Amino acid sequence: MNFRPDAALALNMLVQALLVDDSPLTRGERELIATYVSSRNECTFCMTSHGAIAAHLPGNDYDLVRAVWKDYRNAPISEKMKSLLHIAGKVQQSGKAVSEADIAAAREQGVSDLEIHDTVLIAATFCMFNRYVDGLGATTPDDPAFYDLIGRQRAEEGYLTKSVILK
Amino acid sequence: MPHIALRTDLFGITSLLDYRRQTAGPLCELTQLLLRGPSTLTEAERELIATYVSYRNDCTFCRSAHGAATCQLPGGSLEQLEAVQRELSTAPASKKMLTLLHIAGKVQQNGRFVTIEDADAARQAGATDLEIHDTVLIAALFCLYNRYVDGLATVTPADPAFYEALGQRISTRGYMMPANEYQPLQYEKK
Repeated sequence: MNFRPDAALALNMLVQALLVDDSPLTRGERELIATYVSSRNECTFCMTSHGAIAAHLPGNDYDLVRAVWKDYRNAPISEKMKSLLHIAGKVQQSGKAVSEADIAAAREQGVSDLEIHDTVLIAATFCMFNRYVDGLGATTPDDPAFYDLIGRQRAEEGYLTKSVILK
Repeated sequence: MPHIALRTDLFGITSLLDYRRQTAGPLCELTQLLLRGPSTLTEAERELIATYVSYRNDCTFCRSAHGAATCQLPGGSLEQLEAVQRELSTAPASKKMLTLLHIAGKVQQNGRFVTIEDADAARQAGATDLEIHDTVLIAALFCLYNRYVDGLATVTPADPAFYEALGQRISTRGYMMPANEYQPLQYEKK
């Protein structure tokens, strides 16, 4: 993202609008969708960093994030979130994979149009970010402390401030 | 029928950008930058990458709209577009474009599939690091759009005249959001 600062700015604005600004989904719920899709795309950098951000948001912790990675159907999350993660998993495969039945199941959990929209767009956006990061072979650190630092900063500040790891 | 309530006089991506302006703004900025901003890749070449990825993702709306734009922009042609979709290796395009489209095809599957050898082949064919970067990001962006458009089951018009008109709009006006609301596309129905 440092390679092309103008694109990085637009990407950060997108992620701020999608994961931090107004939505009927909490920030913690949205970060869980992001880390779940990244885990399905096997993008270690995005999966671990958004997992850490999710863990630092109210209502979540690392155990919950790990449970979602392992199998969200058995994770201690609401039925509503399970129905949305199911849709996100379909989007990760292909937009066409989302069925009427998937949407109907989410509706049964009281999910609104806007929640469905935001889920699909977050999932689609991470199909972009995962490809961007891995497609250019960006370095993926393996120190958990690195990701915890990102997680704490982004949970507190959102996406528009200068990265602590670059300071 | 779309999975959520969208304006019925707008189609495909336009109906989604209209639905959620909060996210449409940065998406349009990013798209304008990548497909119309300063670049050593021509606009037709960048639209070709977008079309190729959309074709591989089987997203009819994006493929048709960006295919039309590719053909309308200087240097683009239907013959080349069809050949690229049929068989990339034998398509009538520069060696550089063939290696970049090859990378875009890998990105469409998964970013991890792009190898050092793929990037080296592109460099040997004259591609710069920035061109490789932009190719990967354009391909990734269309993996977003294709999923967004089809994941919410937006309406895909069948009339080719619709995509000709949309191609005209994006090849002449670009991608920035209108100051007010999105207007339905005016075209002569066939």
